Amino acid sequence: MRGRNIKKAAYPYILWTALFVIAPMFLVMANAFSAADGSFTTANFARAFEPIYLAVMWRSVELAAVCTAICLLLGYPAAYFIARLRLKSRGALLFLVIVPMWMNFLLRTYAWLTILEKNGVINSALEFLGLPKLNLLYNSGAVVLGMVYNFLPFMILPLYTVLEKTDGTLVEAAQDLGASRAGVFFRVTLPLSLPGVLSGVTMVFMPAVTTFVESNLLGGNHFILIGNLIEQQFLTVYDWRFGSALSVILMLIILISMGAAELAGGAGEET
Amino acid sequence: MKKNARKPKLKITLALCALFLLSACSSLGEPRGEENPSAAPSAAKGDSDKLYIYNWGDYIDPALRARFEDETGIRVVYEEFDTNETLYAKLKPGNTSYDLIFPSDYMIEKMKKEDMLEKIDAGAIPNLKNISPRFKNMDFDPDGEYGVVYLWGTVGILYNKDMVSEPVDSWNILWDDKYAGNIYMYDSQRDSFAVALRKLGYSINSTNLDELTAAKEALIAQKPLVQAYLGDPVKDKMIGGEGALAVVFSGDAVFCMQENPALSYAIPKEGSNIWFDAMCIPKGAKNKENAEKFINFMCDPEVAAQNSEYIGFTTANEAALQLLPQELKDNPAYTAESGALDKCEVFSDLGPFIAEYDKAWTEVLASKRN
Repeated sequence: MRGRNIKKAAYPYILWTALFVIAPMFLVMANAFSAADGSFTTANFARAFEPIYLAVMWRSVELAAVCTAICLLLGYPAAYFIARLRLKSRGALLFLVIVPMWMNFLLRTYAWLTILEKNGVINSALEFLGLPKLNLLYNSGAVVLGMVYNFLPFMILPLYTVLEKTDGTLVEAAQDLGASRAGVFFRVTLPLSLPGVLSGVTMVFMPAVTTFVESNLLGGNHFILIGNLIEQQFLTVYDWRFGSALSVILMLIILISMGAAELAGGAGEET
Repeated sequence: MKKNARKPKLKITLALCALFLLSACSSLGEPRGEENPSAAPSAAKGDSDKLYIYNWGDYIDPALRARFEDETGIRVVYEEFDTNETLYAKLKPGNTSYDLIFPSDYMIEKMKKEDMLEKIDAGAIPNLKNISPRFKNMDFDPDGEYGVVYLWGTVGILYNKDMVSEPVDSWNILWDDKYAGNIYMYDSQRDSFAVALRKLGYSINSTNLDELTAAKEALIAQKPLVQAYLGDPVKDKMIGGEGALAVVFSGDAVFCMQENPALSYAIPKEGSNIWFDAMCIPKGAKNKENAEKFINFMCDPEVAAQNSEYIGFTTANEAALQLLPQELKDNPAYTAESGALDKCEVFSDLGPFIAEYDKAWTEVLASKRN
């Protein structure tokens, strides 16, 4: 009886998803496969595979992958460190991870402009110290920096959740059996935290591959990403069909990379 | 038992889903001219004391909006857009929740062609007499039937005299190695191509693929010199001395020059884009009379002068020009030097050829810098 009531409570969500997630996805599909006169065509997809658009997609995946890797390298030690602290300090540090998210991310990205620009905070400091100015803004480094800055919490939080729940007795058992510190980490802690790595990678890679804000603000539009391309189709060229085809391809890219990550994660767990 | 209890509900969900899809698909297939009032602001019919305005961001003196409300008792509901394309995308599905919109020349032409605009009742706007006659007979609206020109301006080069000592009179300076890393281009396909096309001596409305390709190659060649392709942020950059040269709109140049006296503005001798924004009434507006009252209010010389001074773009109101401070009138970005406009062109709607511009622009942005 109780189980049934709980299931009923899920209907609003199912309805919501059906109307606002699944139905629009079918509309995007319908758009992607239709020609200007409404007939069926695959021309939109054929166009998406022209070299110029492939280059844009490759650039997006490349930047997102770099961003995800950096987030993992920075986020894992951070999560590991926080999870090992006393309860009180943990709360404080987690709070610090979350606080920036209270502010709109567009605003935070704008803030980087003032830090990185030619007469910005960093260059003014360098000038004061008599050092040469650096070209920090409007290059791929600035775009990746912006992405890492915005998405790092999405890596730290799932990793922390998993690491915090790691059974300490397993670590102790490994130590008792004579494993070195590195051995404990690589053969016990790391394998146990793989689900966290997986969700962290997913949570960072997805927004990173679809974003168009960082490339616009910090890349000075020198770097057009697939997100910019889709925006352009809908807002300046009115080519909803090509835009939809690009969106479908983007969804496929994400599905495939998530599938690959899942497979890799699953294989890791078995060993 | 459990399963049975759940099934009908799922069916209902699916049925609703299918219904939604069907209705959406059918509206996709048909031409979308018919009226389809959305659930947006004016759900209540006949709210005759209201006026729904859809204008560019930061494109009116807010004090004037308040004054209009005080004087007429009409409540203004105000929303903003950032490009003509956003405006079009929002109105195209038959969204008639707005009473007054501010499209530019080529967009007026396009909307007129697609029967999206209402004719304006000139009799209801006595202040129309203040508008200079040359703005009442534009190519995009020959008899001034569909719009009243609000403000106009040009696209030109804003430059920092501390960094550029030579005279700025040609687009070619944006291709000069000396200024590598100190050049800003505008983050818009049509505007950037207009620069390259005029530099090469072609029309900014070119639909010749060879000309477009030549312009594309020029823009790719220029890319290593460009610091960034920016929209509005370019104003802060130029005021802060972050770059030497920028492609900007004249009114933005007026604002920047007031903030930083080292800045100046020039319309290159090869010609440029000249544009006009007009007040128009979308088809099916529910408060047309209120919209006309507002247009009349904005055409009052004193109001128009205050507004133009606030925004920085040039007014089409001849009587208002007399009321402006001399300093503003002497600004080359506000009052173009005689002859500077001779080679300027108005954008026209390119129809499906715009896809070629989009492709070429994507190639420019996607090309590696070095």
